[in-house]
Amino acid sequence: MARGKTIVEKIISSHCGQDVYAGDFAVVNVDLAMAHDSTAPLAIQAFRQYEEPRVWDASRLVFVLDHAVPSPNEQVSRLHSMIRDFAHEQKAHLFEAGEGICHQLLAEQGLVRPSDIVVGCDSHTCTYGALNALSFGIGSTDMSGVLLTGQLWLKVPETLKLIYEGKMQKGVSAKDVMLFTIGKLRSDGADYLALSFTGEAIENMEICDRLTMCNMAIECGAKAGMMECDDKTKAYLSGRSKMEILPVFDDKDALYRDTITINISALEPQIALPHAVDNVCPVKKVEGTEIQQIFIGTCTNGRLEDLRAAASILRDKHISSSCRLIVGPASREVLREAIREGIIEVLLQAGATIIPPGCGPCPGTHLGVPGDGEKVLSTANRNFKGRMGNNKASIYLASPMTCAASALRGCISDPREFLEMGDA
Amino acid sequence: MIEGRAHLFGDNINTDYIIAGKYTKTLDYSVWVSHLFEDISPGFSQKVKPGDCVVAGRNFGCGSSREQAAVALKYAQVGAVLAKSFARIFFRNAINLGIPALICNTDEIHDGDQLEIDLTNQKIYNLTTHQILTIEPLPDVMIQILSEGGLTPYLKKFKTFKKPQVKEGRA
Repeated sequence: MARGKTIVEKIISSHCGQDVYAGDFAVVNVDLAMAHDSTAPLAIQAFRQYEEPRVWDASRLVFVLDHAVPSPNEQVSRLHSMIRDFAHEQKAHLFEAGEGICHQLLAEQGLVRPSDIVVGCDSHTCTYGALNALSFGIGSTDMSGVLLTGQLWLKVPETLKLIYEGKMQKGVSAKDVMLFTIGKLRSDGADYLALSFTGEAIENMEICDRLTMCNMAIECGAKAGMMECDDKTKAYLSGRSKMEILPVFDDKDALYRDTITINISALEPQIALPHAVDNVCPVKKVEGTEIQQIFIGTCTNGRLEDLRAAASILRDKHISSSCRLIVGPASREVLREAIREGIIEVLLQAGATIIPPGCGPCPGTHLGVPGDGEKVLSTANRNFKGRMGNNKASIYLASPMTCAASALRGCISDPREFLEMGDA
Repeated sequence: MIEGRAHLFGDNINTDYIIAGKYTKTLDYSVWVSHLFEDISPGFSQKVKPGDCVVAGRNFGCGSSREQAAVALKYAQVGAVLAKSFARIFFRNAINLGIPALICNTDEIHDGDQLEIDLTNQKIYNLTTHQILTIEPLPDVMIQILSEGGLTPYLKKFKTFKKPQVKEGRA
């Protein structure tokens, strides 16, 4: 009798036409492929070499202009034009500059559904595991192969099961849970593995929080971060996607590389110190460290709920004169909703600068490049030296609430003392 | 045979360190080459000679999927990248571009050592220390891609992926 399968083994088996298990190699059919303005040009250039006029299936191909938008210079404009022209020629969908960040758009616009295989030329493509899809980042040449064949070879990853028990304290968020996890697993602790996020704490999380968790699976080397499909997933997808939902679950007798249980009831707000994402400690330990720039946004934490959490701390207050606060909504839809709810008004009154939907300062291409010797606190997923465009700056990573609290004081601050009113 | 000097790096060298994001917005490869490892090893692009090897510890190429990192190494004419382990996206990118990304015990290699790499016999000869290191075998599909010079020439030739063998008789 065949043994049970993990979600990942099931999805890959259904996409390669045979039963495969961890360690096997497979050639899979891809349901959706995505590339953005940093990675699409190389993929298009490689695709041209095949001298094939058409991509395999333009209806399954999406381009997003998000990394440097609106274009900061003529060089970037040329790359944007190249992508626009190719998308137009192939009749593939293009999300224009200003519509939002790729990972927010694919989820929000209902382009991803459970059991899909989604590949993207961006390492944070693992985000859609939160929607019960197998999704992961690939390079541009691999993408050129997908454009030609609709297929990709891969090694079926083993799964590391993480069971989250307990209940988050007030002032603690999914970002803190994930930073803590990465600190424990370290930056290569899940190399070549899929993470399976399970347990009551995950069940209690909203989709926005689950997207945050899965988004950062790559930061400990994981190929994918998987979650099961439940009523919250279905509610999120309904109204966004007309496609049939086919949830996938781990079999009870599936084999895991290992199972780790993490109780989050006593977890405090966490922070990643420069210059590594796995360099994590409680916020309390570095409280008081002066910060010159704070950034709330990105594919990790630029969603409506994140802006709402920040606004709950900043309401009727003003940030310290010793720091700047930049807020980047993850999509135009997020921005519109935040305007409707009055969140943007609260942020502006508090002294925030609102930037267009997109990756903003995170990849260091333009907008909000820190100065020499400056310390930045960000809700992003990476803090490598030079990441935001200046190798003489230092980057700390934390939750939207920690960022908002720190902006009020101009130094790293634990958000819990700002939440006494009980509205967070 | 690949021949060149070793340039030593540590663990967890991410793709931002190989090529910073601010330089990725172009298709002029010479820009990437001139800024290779700029944030952690200034002057690398002037030092590196054709055939030289980048030698690192664990998890080389972690972080961003940006293929500009692998392209920069290719056009700097780096002969091979040797590491104790690779992050998976970079590993694929390197092989897809025809760059040998080889797993071995790099503890035995020092900065500046003269290396000779025999891909056929999977051996690294350290001509400075007279040690011989064994390369961990690549999966079949990667050997096929590498031997065609990368994924683009592979797909130009075969038009499709060869179906891999799946183990039979599993309980």
